[in-house]
Amino acid sequence: MSEYIIEIDSLSKSYGGVIANKDISLKVKKGGITGLIGPNGSGKTTLFNSIVGYHPVDSGSILFSGQDISKFRVQEIARLGLLRTFQQTRIYAKMNCIENMQVSIPHRKAGFWDMFSSRDETTIERAERLLEFVGLYEKRWLRAGDLSFGQQKLLEFAMALMNEPTVLMLDEPTAGINPTLINGLIDRLKRANEEFGITLFVIEHNMRVIMNLADHIYCLAHGQMLAEGKPEEIQNDQRVIDAYLGAH
Amino acid sequence: MNKSAATFALYASILALGIILPIYFPNYVGQMTVMWMMVVFALTWDILGGQMGYNSLGNIFFFGAGMYASGMVQVGMFYDLAKYNDAAGGGIYNFSFAQYFTGLSVGFVVAAIVCVIFAVILGRLVFGLRGPYFAIGTLAIATVIGELVSTWELVGGGQGMSMPNYPGDLGEAKFVFYTMMFVLAISTFMFVRWLYGSRFGLAINAIRDDEQKAEGMGIHTLRYKTVAWAIAAFFLGIAGAIYGNFNNFFEPIDVAFPTTTFGIFMVLMVLLGGKGTLWGPVIGAILFHVIKEVTWTYLLNLQWVALGLLIVVTVVYFQEGIMGWIMRKKPEWFGIRVEGDKQRLGDMK
Repeated sequence: MSEYIIEIDSLSKSYGGVIANKDISLKVKKGGITGLIGPNGSGKTTLFNSIVGYHPVDSGSILFSGQDISKFRVQEIARLGLLRTFQQTRIYAKMNCIENMQVSIPHRKAGFWDMFSSRDETTIERAERLLEFVGLYEKRWLRAGDLSFGQQKLLEFAMALMNEPTVLMLDEPTAGINPTLINGLIDRLKRANEEFGITLFVIEHNMRVIMNLADHIYCLAHGQMLAEGKPEEIQNDQRVIDAYLGAH
Repeated sequence: MNKSAATFALYASILALGIILPIYFPNYVGQMTVMWMMVVFALTWDILGGQMGYNSLGNIFFFGAGMYASGMVQVGMFYDLAKYNDAAGGGIYNFSFAQYFTGLSVGFVVAAIVCVIFAVILGRLVFGLRGPYFAIGTLAIATVIGELVSTWELVGGGQGMSMPNYPGDLGEAKFVFYTMMFVLAISTFMFVRWLYGSRFGLAINAIRDDEQKAEGMGIHTLRYKTVAWAIAAFFLGIAGAIYGNFNNFFEPIDVAFPTTTFGIFMVLMVLLGGKGTLWGPVIGAILFHVIKEVTWTYLLNLQWVALGLLIVVTVVYFQEGIMGWIMRKKPEWFGIRVEGDKQRLGDMK
């Protein structure tokens, strides 16, 4: 078994005339936290969408645990344990937090009759623990649509944990969250990684966050891989500074 | 009175009314039969339309399919169906008590099964469509099949089909069909009540709120959608089978596949009562049926105007419906919280 859980080889994707991803190759280390940065429109979210099967890729391969998933559909990939959250937070707005959590249980082995099983206590307890973990326990009976944007992000994170993924891909987890909460979120992301053993693959614009969090960073620009390396290497890479970080 | 006692009292009084009313008002038994059918219509429409967010305008197809399936079985078991429906034949066909009820039981079972199979097959075709496209796609199915059946000589074509006569007193017959429709309505209600309390309810609500997210979380969305439609089809098929016998006659356009009357009433009743709620469809159906019959009686010639007005007012000004309105005003009655609590996890047992 390779030490990498996601291996992408020369992946390309274009929309009409726009080349969103060109010849991208990257590897996500199992059990680690990998970062993905780049200016707006550099193709980060397209890359995420390609990995989880939201659209077909033009060429290249995506291996998840050694298995080629580039032809798989969204649900199949999710059931393999590769999950993503959205840049525009997506929760089930008319259901309360507990229900949002209950419906997010893993569907890996769900058989036909499991559709009709009752809402058991152990699931509710697990939902409550995870809501406590992200700091939403007091809000658990509120309708998800009534939560603030930041709280919805936390809920979405908790729902993802409820699904017991192997790899969690987070699209800008701290966008729209207030600065004091960001520290708490970084801490929880690290704990999810360490305690639950979930591999994280994170798109992030906040440099303080990503430098703190990731052990390996990839930088995209204009749909192409610009640089990769450890956080300090990326921080001092002249190409990254020119394209993205800017001179101080 | 606590909540479970109140619920019990409510159910008991509905059951009692359902039994007592037809005995005291025998002239209205036919009306009450149709009213319970409306309840089945509304409850089954709401599974997709309210709970899952898929507005089907073609559910009426299953009503007609059940009617035809049952009719064909009831006659075909004992006589040559083509001869029976031959307009020029003029034959007389009698059904004994045993023949009639054997045919009826087998017919109902076949109607239900046929409708479930249709739902599974058609589901593959239409569940790729979203929003208005789904509504139009399902409407097309019901309309097209109604037209096709009109040309099918075996089942009497556009002239339709007369059903076997009830082997006994006609006054008794109406109570028999009333009881069937009443039991069906109660069963449908109890079934969806259980369904919405299970994981199934959560999953179809998730599909309603954000289907892409549900897919992204690994939910078998197509499976849930197909089964939800099949459940609606099951109950609608039986309702169609009962109605065909209750009416003693049916033809394709106005009785079996009436997209512009029953097909639209389903939607309107749910909107009126409050979609996506358990009781909304029931309240909407009963209220709608009463309003409709009263305007038919006292505003004759203007009944369609009155109905149109009701549609416009409901759709434009009162989309949340009666139950939706009550839920917004009194969320605590439904266990909906609007404020977080201060209790910590550690404080709990």
